[in-house]
Amino acid sequence: MRNAPRTIGAALLLCAALPLHAKTIEVAAGDGAQQRLQEALILAQPGDVVKLTAGRFFLSDGLSLDVNGVSVRGAGMEATVLDFSGQQGAGEGLLVTSDDVTLRDFAVENSKGDGIKSKGADRIVYYRVRVEWTGGPKETNGAYGIYPVESTGVLIDGCKISGASDAGIYVGQSKDITVRYSVAESNVAGIEIENSRNALVMGNLATRNTGGILVFDLPNLPVMGGGNTVIENNLVVSNDTPNFAPKGNIVAGVLRGTGVLIMANDKVLVRDNVLSDNGTAQIMVVAYTNKFTDKTYNPYPRHVVIGANRVIGGGNDPQLPGGEQLKAAFGGALPPVLWDGLGGPDALTVTSPIAAMSLNLPRQGAGAEEAKPALVKSAPLRAALLPSGVGAPAALEARIGA
Amino acid sequence: MKLIVSALLITAAAVAVAAAPVARVSDAAISASTFPAALSEFGFFADGSGQHPAAGVTPYRLNTPLWSDGAEKLRFVYLPAGAKARAQGEGLLDLPIGAALIKTFKFGNQLIETRVLLHRADGWLALPYQWNAAQTEARLVLAGARVPVITPAGVVISYAIPNKNQCKECHALSGAVTPIGPKARNLSASWLTALYRAGKLDAVPAVARRLPLWETRDKAPLANAARGYLDANCAHCHNPRSSASNSGLDLRWEQADPARFGINKRPVAAGRGSGNLDFDIVPGDPEHSILLYRMGSLEGGISMPEVGRSSLDPDGLDIVKRWVKGMKP
Repeated sequence: MRNAPRTIGAALLLCAALPLHAKTIEVAAGDGAQQRLQEALILAQPGDVVKLTAGRFFLSDGLSLDVNGVSVRGAGMEATVLDFSGQQGAGEGLLVTSDDVTLRDFAVENSKGDGIKSKGADRIVYYRVRVEWTGGPKETNGAYGIYPVESTGVLIDGCKISGASDAGIYVGQSKDITVRYSVAESNVAGIEIENSRNALVMGNLATRNTGGILVFDLPNLPVMGGGNTVIENNLVVSNDTPNFAPKGNIVAGVLRGTGVLIMANDKVLVRDNVLSDNGTAQIMVVAYTNKFTDKTYNPYPRHVVIGANRVIGGGNDPQLPGGEQLKAAFGGALPPVLWDGLGGPDALTVTSPIAAMSLNLPRQGAGAEEAKPALVKSAPLRAALLPSGVGAPAALEARIGA
Repeated sequence: MKLIVSALLITAAAVAVAAAPVARVSDAAISASTFPAALSEFGFFADGSGQHPAAGVTPYRLNTPLWSDGAEKLRFVYLPAGAKARAQGEGLLDLPIGAALIKTFKFGNQLIETRVLLHRADGWLALPYQWNAAQTEARLVLAGARVPVITPAGVVISYAIPNKNQCKECHALSGAVTPIGPKARNLSASWLTALYRAGKLDAVPAVARRLPLWETRDKAPLANAARGYLDANCAHCHNPRSSASNSGLDLRWEQADPARFGINKRPVAAGRGSGNLDFDIVPGDPEHSILLYRMGSLEGGISMPEVGRSSLDPDGLDIVKRWVKGMKP
C-alpha cells in the first residue's frame, strides 16, 4: 500500500468516503441472534448497513461495533427490539468504538449496564432509538440509556429513554453535540451534559425524571472545562420521580423536582423553554458541593444566562433542607430560579422578569443552614455572555433523511 | 494451499511422535489480510492438543498474570526467522511485524480456547479460536462463544470466549490493538536473558522494580503484590489511553498519584457499580471501597473486569483487600 501509485491511493480514499460497494447485511431475529448479529457487526465494512428485521432479538452478551462508517438500522423503535434481559456479561448492551456510525430505528431493552455506549466514536448519530428498562424506575437498572463519551460530533434525535438509574441521555467529555426532539422519562436525570462543550439541547421533552436537564462539570476527569451550551425550546415538565440512583454517583444528589440544573459550568444559556411543575426548582444554578483536590477544576457556575422561559407552577414542594420555611417565606412557592449565590458577579444573569432567588451561600461546600436568601435582580443581556458555535456538525443531519 | 498445510501438519505430527518437532509456522497465515478459519493454519504447534510449540515458538510466563476464572494459561511468542524483539525499558517488548503471541486457556485437561495476536503490516490483530471436543482443532469464533466450564474452584460457570471486538476492548491503546502481557517488568530476568542469548531480543532490559511472582507474593511488599495484581487485571482498560479512560481511574503499576489510582476518588460513570459507596478506595476500609465491591460482584453492570471473568478470584480479592485495609486512613 505504501508503494501504491498515488492515484490509486486517492481512489481508495474516495471509496472510504463514499463507498461504491456498500452493502446491506440483513440480520433477522431468532435462534443464534447473538452470534449472527455480532458477526455481522464485526464483518461489516465501512459504508455497509447492518439491517435488523422486525422482531425481538434475545441476546446473551453485550454487542459491539468497531468498524467506521457503518449504519445499524432496524424496522422502528417499537418493531426491532434488542432484548438484553438474559445478558450475562459486558458493561452495556451495545458498545460503539468507531467513527461515523449511525444507529437508528431500533430499541435496546433491559441491558445489565448502560444501554448504548459510544466511546471515542466521532460523528455519531442516534436517530429514533429507544432505550428502556421496562420495569420502571429501579436502582438495579443500568446507569445510562444513550451514552456517548469522549467523542467529537454527536447528534441524538428523536430518541426515547426511560428507566435509567443515572441519566437517560448522558453526553460526557465530548464536544459539538446536539440532543433534540427526544423524550427522557422516568430516569434519575433526563438529559445530562457533563464535562462537554458546544452542546445544543433543544426541543426535547424531559418529564417524570428526578431532574430534567442537567449541565455540569466534575473534577479529576481527562476532559475538563465544560461549557458553551444552549438549552432552548424544551418541555421540562413534572420531574417528580424520587431519586433512585445508587449513592456515590453525582446524580444521587439531584433533588426530586429539579427542572434544569446548571452546576460548575461556563456559558450556559437557558431560554424559550416551557418549565412546568418542577417542585424544587424550575431552574437551579449551583457550585459543585463536594471537596475536591483537582487544581484544574472550577467548581463555580460562570456566565449562566436565563432568558425568557414560560414558567408554570413549580417550586411548591422544595426538597431542600429548610425548604418548607423558605416556601412559606415566599408565599407558598419558591421563585423559579434558584441560585446558591456562588461564582461571583458574572455567575448568573437573569435577563427576563423571571423571579430568581439567591441563597447567598458564603463559600463552596457550605450547607443550606448558612443561607441568607434574597431575590436576584434581572439584568440586561450582554452579547459577550452568550454561547456561540453550538451543536453537531451539519453533515450529521444528512444521515437522517429517508 | 490447505492441502500443503495439512500435509505439513501430518508430517509434523509424525515427527513429533519421534520427539523431534520440526513443524514450521506459516508466516503467510500470520501476515495475510484474511482471518484463518482454523488455528492449525498458523502451524504454531507441533502438537496442538499437547500444546507442544513448533520451531520458533517460545513459551513464556508472566510474573503476575491476568486471572481468568482460574484457567491455566499457556503463553507463547513467535518471532519470524531472523527477526528480533526490541527492548523498551521496563515496558512492552516491541515485537516486529510477522510476530505473534499465542495464549491457550485450559481447564483441567480440556483446552477451551486459544487467542492469537498477530502483528500484521497494518497493525496488530486479535482473533479467538475455540477448541473442539476432540481437542484436535480450534476454530475461529469471531463472534465469541459461551462454554460451560467447571473452574478449579469447583464452580460451574458459563465461560465466555471473547469476540474479536472484545479482544480489542482490552488490547487497545489509543484505539489501536496492542499486546498487554509481555512487558519487561512482568517477565523474569532469566527468560529475557535466554531470549537475548537466543538472538531474538536486542538487549536485556534493565528493570528497577518487577511485578512480584504471583505464587510467592506473600514474600513481596503487600503494596507491590496488590498494585501488580491491579496492573495485570485492570490497567489494560484503566489507563489514560484505553477503554476506561473516561473513568479517570488509572491502575497502572507506574501511576504514583494516589488520587489517580483511586484513593478517595469519587466514581464518574459507575451507575449501580458504585454500590452506594462514595469512593473507589477508602484507606483502611475495604468494605466501603468501590474497587473491592466491583471485584467481588458477578453481576453484569457491576462486576469488574467487565469481560473475562465469570467467577470470583479469592486470591486477588484477598491481596487487594489486605492492601486497602493496611492503608492509614
